Amino acid sequence: MQLDLSFIDKLGRVVLNFFRATGRLGIFCGQTVYHCVTPPFYLKAVLAQMIEIGFYSLPVVALTTLFSGMVIALQTYEAVSQFSAEGAVAMVVRVAVIRELAPVMAGLMVAGRIGAAMAAEIGTMRVTEQIDALSTLSTNPFKYLIAPRVLAGIVMLPILVLIGDVIGICGGYMIGVYKLDFNATTYLTNTWDYLKPMDIISSMTKAGVFGFIITLLGCYNGFQSQGGAQGVGRATTNAVVSSSILILIFNYILTEMLFNA
Amino acid sequence: MTNTKSVTPKIRMTDVCKAFGKKKVLNHLNLDVYPGESLVVIGGSGTGKSVTIKCILGLLEPEAGQIEIDGKNVLELSGKERSETMAQFGMLFQNAALFDSLSVWENVAFSLLQNQHMSRSEARKIAIKKLAQVGLKSDVADVYPADLSGGMRKRVGLARAIATNPAVIFFDEPTTGLDPIMSDVINDLIKDTVKNLGATALTITHDMNSARKIADRIAMLYEGKIIWVGTVDELDKTYNPYVRQFVAGSAKGPIQMEVKVEK
Repeated sequence: MQLDLSFIDKLGRVVLNFFRATGRLGIFCGQTVYHCVTPPFYLKAVLAQMIEIGFYSLPVVALTTLFSGMVIALQTYEAVSQFSAEGAVAMVVRVAVIRELAPVMAGLMVAGRIGAAMAAEIGTMRVTEQIDALSTLSTNPFKYLIAPRVLAGIVMLPILVLIGDVIGICGGYMIGVYKLDFNATTYLTNTWDYLKPMDIISSMTKAGVFGFIITLLGCYNGFQSQGGAQGVGRATTNAVVSSSILILIFNYILTEMLFNA
Repeated sequence: MTNTKSVTPKIRMTDVCKAFGKKKVLNHLNLDVYPGESLVVIGGSGTGKSVTIKCILGLLEPEAGQIEIDGKNVLELSGKERSETMAQFGMLFQNAALFDSLSVWENVAFSLLQNQHMSRSEARKIAIKKLAQVGLKSDVADVYPADLSGGMRKRVGLARAIATNPAVIFFDEPTTGLDPIMSDVINDLIKDTVKNLGATALTITHDMNSARKIADRIAMLYEGKIIWVGTVDELDKTYNPYVRQFVAGSAKGPIQMEVKVEK
């Protein structure tokens, strides 16, 4: 009887490819961090990316967090009204929006908007030899292209999420006060008085990590792209999918570390 | 042209090997480029011409061999020393590789702005001067690369390559995709700018008209090795069957193109 080894062969290739890709990403990550903390710094490029990531993503983040806050208020009221615990709505909205929804929703929205754009832009630069041209002009592509984007992502995501936190709570407030007829002062008191520093710390920590993940994977996938338009398209898809998955995984890991450690 | 016997080569490649997976692209390649000369490397598609230039520029790392610039093996230099050596290079890419997000003058002045930290007004003046050297008027300075024709993009690419007055200029297929008249214009520009700068030039092309016009010496690359080197006059007199077939552009001869047929 002849053994069919093709399955083992394929499995081996998958495992090898996984480790190869992980190693490549690890090296890319190390190089990125090194170039983020060593001069020269391209401050104009950082500022341009901060505007692109922060200012232009604000509408989409504001809308998603606003409606997330509104939905959470409605659903919480539906659940807790059976136990006559309507006063908990403001607290649940605060916890859900600040700790989870604002960072995750903002992360996913920015991954779709910015991660894809970065992968497409850098991928196009790769396949049209613009990245090689940078090197021949004595400019390190990591310093000029990658570091400004990653630094801007790490700085701007927390700012976006902070704004998202406020807007999400406003969404809950609008539903609580105007639809469910809660007392406005009581709602705000319940939100503010129970607000813990850890809520804000966790929100900002998650946002910073998500900003790093989105920009790193956007740049990495663009930088590695090859094979013309199809390669750039693949890089864009990979950037969004991989950063979205990693955001959800790291959201769990960070929640464990920050609240259950 | 310099007396090649008595001087240290500006660029010397010794036994350089580079493979991609199982495919050996450069197979113990040896090549000397002397100061002030214009050397053109000819060869078919996929023979390793671009890889040769990319290895010299440090865009690709060869697996074996030495690449010397002014007698120093650049593969052994530290990052900073290597960057300083590479700073004397200029490069015109096949499709010009202009930065889409920057205007024409910002492309030309890129190195002046980013590395020499020149003021924008001064860098702009130099960029416009360089654009004039390649036959472009100042009114294209504020245009973006997407609005330029192929020939104009090549000229802007050339202006960018000479912006810092490099000692060595590389040309990757400078006439590919251009009509014959524009090709001749680019060839003249390359010849004039290299002569005016007193630079060393290394060009890769499969355009024989371009090679004849630009070259002091021509080298033929085949299967990852330099198989013939000579002057333009010697090119027409050689009995090397590979060179003769390539110059004649004939399908019949020792060079067989790989054609994969699905079975």
